[in-house]
Amino acid sequence: MSGLERLVDERSVLVCAGAGGVGKTTTAAAIALAAARRGRRAAVVTIDPARRLANSLGLDGLGNEPTRVAVDGADGELWALMLDPKRTFDELVERHAPDASARDAVLSNRIYRELSSAVSGSHEYMAMEKLYELHEEGRFDLLVLDTPPSRSAIDFLESPRRLSRFIDSRSLQFFLAPSRTGLRLTARGTGIAFGLLKRLTGVDMLQDLSEFFQAFGEMATGFRDRAHKVDALMADPGTAFVLVTSPRADAVDEALWFRRRLAEWSLPFGAVVVNRVHEDGTVAGDVVAAAHALLGEKLGHKVARNFEDYRRLAERDRASVSRLEAELSGAPLVRVPWFDEDVHDLDGLTGMGARLGLG
Amino acid sequence: MAGLFDKRLIVVTGKGGVGKTTVAAALGMAAARAGRRTIVCEVSAQERVSGMFGRGAVGYSETEVAERLYAISVDPEHAQEEYLRDQIPSRTLYRLLVDNRIFSYLAAATPGLRELVTIGKIWELAQLERRDRRSAPYDLVIVDAPATGHGLGMLGTPRTFRDVARVGPLARRADYIHSFLTDPALTGVAVVALPEEMPVNETLELRDELRSRLGMEIDVAIVNGVYPERFTGPEAERIAAVAGEDGPLGSALHAALAEHNRARTQRVQLRRLRKELDPVVALPYLFEPELRGGELERLSRELERRL
Repeated sequence: MSGLERLVDERSVLVCAGAGGVGKTTTAAAIALAAARRGRRAAVVTIDPARRLANSLGLDGLGNEPTRVAVDGADGELWALMLDPKRTFDELVERHAPDASARDAVLSNRIYRELSSAVSGSHEYMAMEKLYELHEEGRFDLLVLDTPPSRSAIDFLESPRRLSRFIDSRSLQFFLAPSRTGLRLTARGTGIAFGLLKRLTGVDMLQDLSEFFQAFGEMATGFRDRAHKVDALMADPGTAFVLVTSPRADAVDEALWFRRRLAEWSLPFGAVVVNRVHEDGTVAGDVVAAAHALLGEKLGHKVARNFEDYRRLAERDRASVSRLEAELSGAPLVRVPWFDEDVHDLDGLTGMGARLGLG
Repeated sequence: MAGLFDKRLIVVTGKGGVGKTTVAAALGMAAARAGRRTIVCEVSAQERVSGMFGRGAVGYSETEVAERLYAISVDPEHAQEEYLRDQIPSRTLYRLLVDNRIFSYLAAATPGLRELVTIGKIWELAQLERRDRRSAPYDLVIVDAPATGHGLGMLGTPRTFRDVARVGPLARRADYIHSFLTDPALTGVAVVALPEEMPVNETLELRDELRSRLGMEIDVAIVNGVYPERFTGPEAERIAAVAGEDGPLGSALHAALAEHNRARTQRVQLRRLRKELDPVVALPYLFEPELRGGELERLSRELERRL
């Protein structure tokens, strides 16, 4: 059994991470589809702000709840979910608010309203939150998560910790002062600092922020506990990270950088998938004379020249794969060739699954 | 299209992995050649532009990488520090604020603040009167913006802060930035795509979102990596008729058919984009293992010709 097969059959969470444009979404969907064919109840979750997963599954659009995707002849099930970060955030507030007034205070706060849907970090955190929620519900054997490009994916791994740090720090306490301004001074230096800040931001901004953090503060414990659990799920032995890359040097750099981060944080690394590998041109040999003989001089020449270009690409791709193999000694590595056409439906995903060794 | 380099700011965005940074650098090269004192501004942790010009990382300092062409990497930490320093002339008071632990946690936890200070610095670079007299103004700032969704988030942040803060220095500044970004005479949007189905879909979605959320329009779509049409349909048929054997010749024939198929698939996507957006500039696929100065030059000449 290949390394990836084992992960698909045995793990309960697979997180696909890597640079932009390397086929993460397609890989995540192909893995989930293959898992369904292998008898598992699998769900693929994408958090990309753009609507890519729906495209690759041939669906019109996905909601914030898992949608069943019909797969002929599969023993298992395929579900797909495209995250709505704003709705997830709202649901989280509803869950943790001690009462209706605390809930409404947050949901109607202008800072919350305007920024809960727009800010990058919030999307990443909400994705983890949704993943955790689905995992807790236990409806699926396997969750496959498609993450944003790795630069933000690091934000995304850090987000639960960052949130906990903020909640544990005194800053939140500071805003929990009973007076409506929330700016009761706890120390002289802080008083001056906030006086300065007030001058910069204006009273309104600070007032809104203060109200936001006050309202949020009532839910702090719930949020923090949840963040710890999300964090624990990422490090769980039932979870594995699948690094997705293309043979391009910058994408390989990012994959290796991500691999080091996983090691630093003791997060479980599973496998590397190298997409878009040029395979035409891996066979050596002079073709000019033979091509001329077969196709005539003009066309034969074009074929030979084109082959030269493909050989250069194949050479680059081989070097990239060797570099990955050298640096990731022993880790499962799967090569997927560059298909002639985009993968955009279930048949394409099935073909890709076969190339992933999951047929 | 004559006016793209006459704007003060060009926002380069698009789906992840489509070559935004390369296009931003090539645009910068073309603008500098057209006589504009230009700076290319990166906003991600990993700097790449300076490397394309054979330099080491430049960090948060405006560094000349070629004639009339500068590069900077803007990170929110430096941008926030600079903004606060400018706002609080007293060194003592400044230290009091930034050394305050509660303030630093608050700043880290305030949603959108990182995006705001980043776009604020980009706006500052584009001002004719810079923040201090020693900094010379630029004719053009080209920002290699984050991918679609996050790029939109960043562009929308000033308005949000303006609306929340309402009055005071922050609201005023946020309003200046928002007005600058949404003035088509000052700010242009170049969206980068690949001639593939999903990047094209995302480009069209981005156009709709920019329009509905911010009232901004795309000035040009730049499609990277367009395959040459090396083989005509009849030629491909002739090749297909003899393909299928093993060895190097078989591999060469297969490569020719693959090229033909990809070029054809790409043309379909390019046509889809052209139906919806104008102008669309196609850049050639470079059969080069890695991008070097010469290839960048070639792309920039191509852009110059088409713009």
